[in-house]
Amino acid sequence: MDSVQAVVANADNAKFFSAAIAIAAAALGPGLGIGYLVSKGLESIGRNPEAHSKIQTSMILGIAFTEAIAIYALVVALMILFK
Amino acid sequence: MEISIIAEKLFSLGGFPVTNSFFVAVLVAVLLAITVIFFSRHPKEIPRGVQNVVESIFEGLLSFIESITNDRKQARDFFPLVATIFLFVLFSNWSGLLPGAGTIGLNETNAGQVSMVPFLRGPAADLNMTVALSLVAVISVQVFGILALGIRGYGSKFIVAPWKKPYVIGTVVGLLELIGEFAKILSFSFRLFGNVFAGEVLLTVMLTLVPYLVPLPFLLLETFVGVVQAAVFSLLTIVFLKMAVTSHAEEAH
Repeated sequence: MDSVQAVVANADNAKFFSAAIAIAAAALGPGLGIGYLVSKGLESIGRNPEAHSKIQTSMILGIAFTEAIAIYALVVALMILFK
Repeated sequence: MEISIIAEKLFSLGGFPVTNSFFVAVLVAVLLAITVIFFSRHPKEIPRGVQNVVESIFEGLLSFIESITNDRKQARDFFPLVATIFLFVLFSNWSGLLPGAGTIGLNETNAGQVSMVPFLRGPAADLNMTVALSLVAVISVQVFGILALGIRGYGSKFIVAPWKKPYVIGTVVGLLELIGEFAKILSFSFRLFGNVFAGEVLLTVMLTLVPYLVPLPFLLLETFVGVVQAAVFSLLTIVFLKMAVTSHAEEAH
């Protein structure tokens, strides 16, 4: 059995660590961001139910932008794993 | 279990490598075109059958676009581009979920390693297709903007003289907007690619672990993600089109 240090020192195994850390760290920001977005969106729908569809459209637009940031990190992680 | 981030090449057409995702993309495009053209050949006043379905889809898309642009004429101008993007992305995402996509293929030997090359693969899981689609979308936005505002009018959004109103800040903001246009190409393509490719990887892993019953919710999720990503791509295209066609003077109110 390799010791932990030998395992980490082997460049090939660093792939697994780096991919996991990349996506784990990147999931934080957009997760919080989408949470804020949707909570504000729901709040404003509650205050003004007439504008429901306009608010919903803008909210989905915002969610698409924030989610894309997590997707960038996911693509980097996948590139690290499969290249 | 093999996952390849690069779409595998099936054959060459006179030096042009045809990958499995390109093959499926062409299939989807041809099928869409045939469906719409063939079944709208002799349109009846009172639509029945396939013509009815096609008309209701078009009507739904047109009202979707109109709800965002709030301008009937603009909605009709944007309709061909946006509806094509939406339908193409939707059906190409769904075609990657069909049974046989990614599973039926040939075993090929590449430099001593045996790998499987599937015949079918979702087109959006190939970065080439998403970059091409986002290039089409962003360049069309520029073209629509130039057609609506003229080259000087549209260029004045990006190149602002430092001696005019917002002074130097206006120039910097204009340059940033120009860089933002290129960033849009990247973000469009990576958003679609990341979502669809990650979905494929998820499905592959799930099917490897528990082949029966358990992958069902994930297939549902992928169907939903396919719809949402198509809607988001076309929604963003509509928003950028609307912003490109509106001149500065109209914006300030």
